[in-house]
Amino acid sequence: MSGVEIEVRALTKSWEEATAVDGISFTAPAGAFTVLLGPSGCGKSTSLRLIAGLEEATAGQILIDGEDVTQQPPNKRQISMVFQSYALFPHLSVAENILFGLKVRRVPVPEQSARLEKTAALLGLSELLKRRPSQLSGGQQQRVALGRAIIAEKPICLMDEPLSNLDAKLRHEMRIELRALQQKLGLTMVYVTHDQAEAISMADKIIVLNGGRIEQAASPRAIYETPASLFTARFIGTPPMNLLRLAKQEGGWRIAGDTAPFAESFDGPHPDELVLGLRPEDLGVADSGGLPALVESIEYLGSDNLIDCRVGSERLTARLPHRHRITPGELVRLTWAQGAAHLFNAITGERLAEASRLYAGSSHDLQNDRGRQIAANSTAATGAS
Amino acid sequence: MYRRIEWIYAWLLLMPALILLFAFTHYPAVTTFWASFFSTPRGRRQAEFVGLENYITLIEDETFWQVLLNNTWFALITIPVSISLALIMALWVDGKLRGRSFIRMAYFAPTVLPLIAVANIWMFFYTPGFGLIDQVRGLFGFGEVNWLGDPELALGSVIVVAIWKEAGFFMIFYLAALQSIPPSLREAAAIEGASRWTYFRRIVFPLLMPTTLFVSVNAVINSFRLVDHIFVMTNGGPNNASSLLLFYIYETAFQYWETAYASTLTVVLLLLLSLLAIGQFYFVDRKVHYR
Ligand SMILES: Nc1ncnc2c1ncn2[C@@H]1O[C@H](COP(=O)(O)OP(=O)(O)OP(=O)(O)O)[C@@H](O)[C@H]1O
Ligand SMILES: [Mg+2]
Repeated sequence: MSGVEIEVRALTKSWEEATAVDGISFTAPAGAFTVLLGPSGCGKSTSLRLIAGLEEATAGQILIDGEDVTQQPPNKRQISMVFQSYALFPHLSVAENILFGLKVRRVPVPEQSARLEKTAALLGLSELLKRRPSQLSGGQQQRVALGRAIIAEKPICLMDEPLSNLDAKLRHEMRIELRALQQKLGLTMVYVTHDQAEAISMADKIIVLNGGRIEQAASPRAIYETPASLFTARFIGTPPMNLLRLAKQEGGWRIAGDTAPFAESFDGPHPDELVLGLRPEDLGVADSGGLPALVESIEYLGSDNLIDCRVGSERLTARLPHRHRITPGELVRLTWAQGAAHLFNAITGERLAEASRLYAGSSHDLQNDRGRQIAANSTAATGAS
Repeated sequence: MYRRIEWIYAWLLLMPALILLFAFTHYPAVTTFWASFFSTPRGRRQAEFVGLENYITLIEDETFWQVLLNNTWFALITIPVSISLALIMALWVDGKLRGRSFIRMAYFAPTVLPLIAVANIWMFFYTPGFGLIDQVRGLFGFGEVNWLGDPELALGSVIVVAIWKEAGFFMIFYLAALQSIPPSLREAAAIEGASRWTYFRRIVFPLLMPTTLFVSVNAVINSFRLVDHIFVMTNGGPNNASSLLLFYIYETAFQYWETAYASTLTVVLLLLLSLLAIGQFYFVDRKVHYR
């Protein structure tokens, strides 16, 4: 078994009262791990159920391996599925649960037992085959659900938040196991989650959904490094990206509530408000230069400290190692590297390419030390080396 | 000391329930059993110990055997038919159906009605000549039938009423059980390619087993207990054709005042019921999956 491609074209699902999926188009490449990511109620489950054939599409098409399956029942779609609630049959033993599909399809008994043995060994369930689901732990139930999906040897596996009921440690282990299994079997995986960390660590491709529409579809790295919209920027990363409002002023931009100029004007038409995005982990501190910020509180994280500070009326958080001795009430000079900043149109939420020009170095990096040296346009940027 | 006070508390708290239970259940049961070995006291004549004489009368009593046979038929037909009807209706009502709540209520209505009222409604259906059933039959050119007066038909007619009354009641239990089955089980089965029938046979039916057990114990008890409609509709007639065990006990005790013989009949009924209940739990319980 090896994966096949899924293509979704302008797929829409609406009920009388609500539209859950609003014309989404994407492909889940063959043999890749695709994650549908988004906040609660954004239509992830509905999208997955549409692909599975458990819901009927209002409009649009679903193609599996190039074939239009929009009108086909679930068993004609080469899929297996793991439900969020596992959907194990409570009166059947683990073995019977796993074999249910093969029995329904009248696979010969010797083949059934051979496949059961293989699957059980793969998932470490061999000792548990006689138990009922109620006699299993959450993680074991999850594995049974997984076993039921992979014994079918279907090229596509759909999963709806399968790890959400597990504790943090088990979730971490299962993530690794799932990913390894998917790669080993070459499955085309479509995986639903609202946990961005899970998405980033497992996916080949992330599709960020918001209100039934796609915000961005890209690799985890691309989504983290160049979020295409304000929504994605907010959603990805823990702690989340700092978003600072920039207000227009004579000849450039300043941080809202602050008086000092922050950046020179950019070419092209822009609204009166922009949003500057800075990831806490991209921020550093310097003795001089940089962006002065007032430290308000410090949160101890174990490996690092989270420094909450304020510039103008905007708050931001920096994630800094312990060696920086910082106390609340102090003024710190925040720095970040070239390309680390993000810039968004505050009205449309779109990403602006000019972001790469914004950076703040320590005074040593900059030729002229003026206390606050923020490079805004290309000339200033090249001024720093 | 402290221990003893605790004990006293416990007994005091249990006392009201115990008194009621003993006064109205255990004591009458024991006296009934006791009375079945005595003759019926009449006028000045005291009850005398007669040993097993009442039981010998019972074995020789043709009416008893007919009533027992009637009751067996009554049970053999009402129990499976009302349970399967209940299950079918529940499956139907559980589906995505327009006006579902109305249908649910319509099915439940017979259960809410007292059996006497139900019997009166059915009396009208069964009236020879201008009852509902005969009128409908008349449209197709069939003649009059005396549903309740014909010894061949009386028991059947009474059975139909009992089924009508019971099925709606049992349906509610099935419906509740069906609605507690997560819809994801059906979806999981659909993804594996299971047909509706396979889904029902392999998943739904086994999951309904506790309900089926509960409902069938109730149905068995009811098949010996529900006799109200017989009073209204046939009075056991014609010629005991529609008489059931409990009705016969009532007749013996309160119309013929053969209290000793009625006690004997009661002991037999109790024995029968306990055997059935024990058997049911013993055999069915192993096959039932409790969540
Ligand atoms: N059967 C339905 N009838 C009407 N609206 C529905 C139905 N199912 C879902 N919705 C609506 O569609 C929207 C998307 O639901 P969906 O279950 O896809 O969300 P989700 O992204 O999976 O959220 P979560 O993370 O909470 O599971 C929600 O606003 C929900 O209220
Ligand atoms: Mg969901």
